[in-house]
Amino acid sequence: MRLWMLITASIILSLISLFVGAIDIRPSDLLDWDSDKTQIFLMSRVPRLMAIILAGAGMSIAGLIMQSLSRNKFVSPSTAGTLDAAKLGVIVAMVFFTNVTYMEKIIFSFAFGLIGTILFMQILDRIKFKDVIFVPLIGIMYGNILSSIGTFIGYESDILQNVQSFFIGSFTLVVSGRYELLYLAVPAIILAYIFANKFTVAGMGEDFAKNLGLSYKTVLNLGLVIVAVISTTVILTVGVIPFLGLIVPNIVSLYLGDNLRKTIPHTIFLGVVFLLVCDIFSRIIVYPYEVPVNITVAVIGSAIFLVMLFRGKAYAKK
Amino acid sequence: MIEIKGVTKHFGKKPVVEDVTVTIQPKTITSFIGPNGAGKSTLLSMVSRLLDSDTGEVFLDKNNVKKMKSDEFAKRVAILKQSNHLNVRLTIRELVSFGRYPYSKGRLTEEDEKFIDQAIEYMNLTDMQDKFLDELSGGQKQRAFISMVIAQDTEYILLDEPLNNLDMKHSVQIMKILRQLVDELGKTVVIVLHDINFASVYSDRIVALKNGRVVKDGQTHEIINSEALREVYDMDIPVQEQNGCRICVYFNSHS
Repeated sequence: MRLWMLITASIILSLISLFVGAIDIRPSDLLDWDSDKTQIFLMSRVPRLMAIILAGAGMSIAGLIMQSLSRNKFVSPSTAGTLDAAKLGVIVAMVFFTNVTYMEKIIFSFAFGLIGTILFMQILDRIKFKDVIFVPLIGIMYGNILSSIGTFIGYESDILQNVQSFFIGSFTLVVSGRYELLYLAVPAIILAYIFANKFTVAGMGEDFAKNLGLSYKTVLNLGLVIVAVISTTVILTVGVIPFLGLIVPNIVSLYLGDNLRKTIPHTIFLGVVFLLVCDIFSRIIVYPYEVPVNITVAVIGSAIFLVMLFRGKAYAKK
Repeated sequence: MIEIKGVTKHFGKKPVVEDVTVTIQPKTITSFIGPNGAGKSTLLSMVSRLLDSDTGEVFLDKNNVKKMKSDEFAKRVAILKQSNHLNVRLTIRELVSFGRYPYSKGRLTEEDEKFIDQAIEYMNLTDMQDKFLDELSGGQKQRAFISMVIAQDTEYILLDEPLNNLDMKHSVQIMKILRQLVDELGKTVVIVLHDINFASVYSDRIVALKNGRVVKDGQTHEIINSEALREVYDMDIPVQEQNGCRICVYFNSHS
């Protein structure tokens, strides 16, 4: 797969995404600047597209960094408790502050996401049995524990319904003014690219990194911060999108390898393409209504994940 | 010159390396030999700063290695641990390029590219340099890693059991290359070996460890004889001379 193919596909799908929806908007409608259709286009369609692009690229990069640093192909924000921890952070913030501000939610979600991931890395360090399948299973169990703590707190404080609807991954609620936090993913992704070589070296293990004079701990911490920033912004704007950070980097790794300097651009655009396809599909399958994108991603994603598990076990072990 | 002075390391309460003092002579191959659990790998890890010693110091040309900057150290000493299980999908050329990391931090200059070309050429990997590591055999993989260490262009190369999982042909190949690195390029090689015959035939000096202590330290011919080996391995090992090489016939020997 060539990078230009992915970029072309991203552009075409972006255009499709802009003109698919309950209200029929054609490019010619946009010539009239003051029309309702132009307003809808600018307030809803463009933000939605931007949110998809940022979330798709962000989650894929977060997954790539986690796989590199944990040296396990099946570790990602959704299989290492990162998303659940970030979610728990939001719930705690909602319970802790009666009139919770957006900023408080962000800070709590980020802090919990970061600590939750560090904790998982610590667990990973301690377990002896590092089977490729075993590690993400522990991660999923760990995530479920965090999630049930969140549910318990939510139940006890009567905000459960609030919480549940809040985290369903969906782009329906994305309108201008409600998604801008996602732009924080941009510097995080740029940072990931700048430090790509360091992540690749760190991905070969602590001894290997030390031999090349790389400060392993610094790179590890930087990576975890990037992952937490991206996860927080995605959680707070569009909710939980499973599998994305797992599947996309693995597909890229299969055809391009693990040199992050090379794979990051591919990972970004494949993530965008994958999420755009899922979102467009979500919007047309029950047209003029739509299903939450996380359901589409989960269905397509789990199918691909299963194929990866069965056919790719040998590859992941190498 | 690397001077190891009174180095001790405990894992928990168990002493693994105890009061080891050894000097590594420049431009030689020094082999660390000894039974399992003798502390050979641990000692090598402390020399290369992968592990901190509890007490004692390691000096590199009179400089305490603990006080050296990590990128400066990486330009002078390279360590290769047992890396057969490394699961990163890189091509040979990408891997070797990372050997230049201490110099370039990932932005390869023309000079870096030249070092990379030479290192790949030196290990006879030019034809397959764009293959992924996971497509290689054990011997090719090991050569790729050594090629990376050559690109790192350090005076000292430390190798932890580089012959692990290699067949005879590839083991000989690797040892010959190490010999060349010393004789042609003037490197200093320190190597942990299990097979004493490889140590006997290819190394200049041998350090024998047992239960974390140095039991023998000297020129190869001073160590490869039945009396010295009995002290190290608690075995009667007849030594025979073959084409000027001393071969230990340890099969079927009494302990």
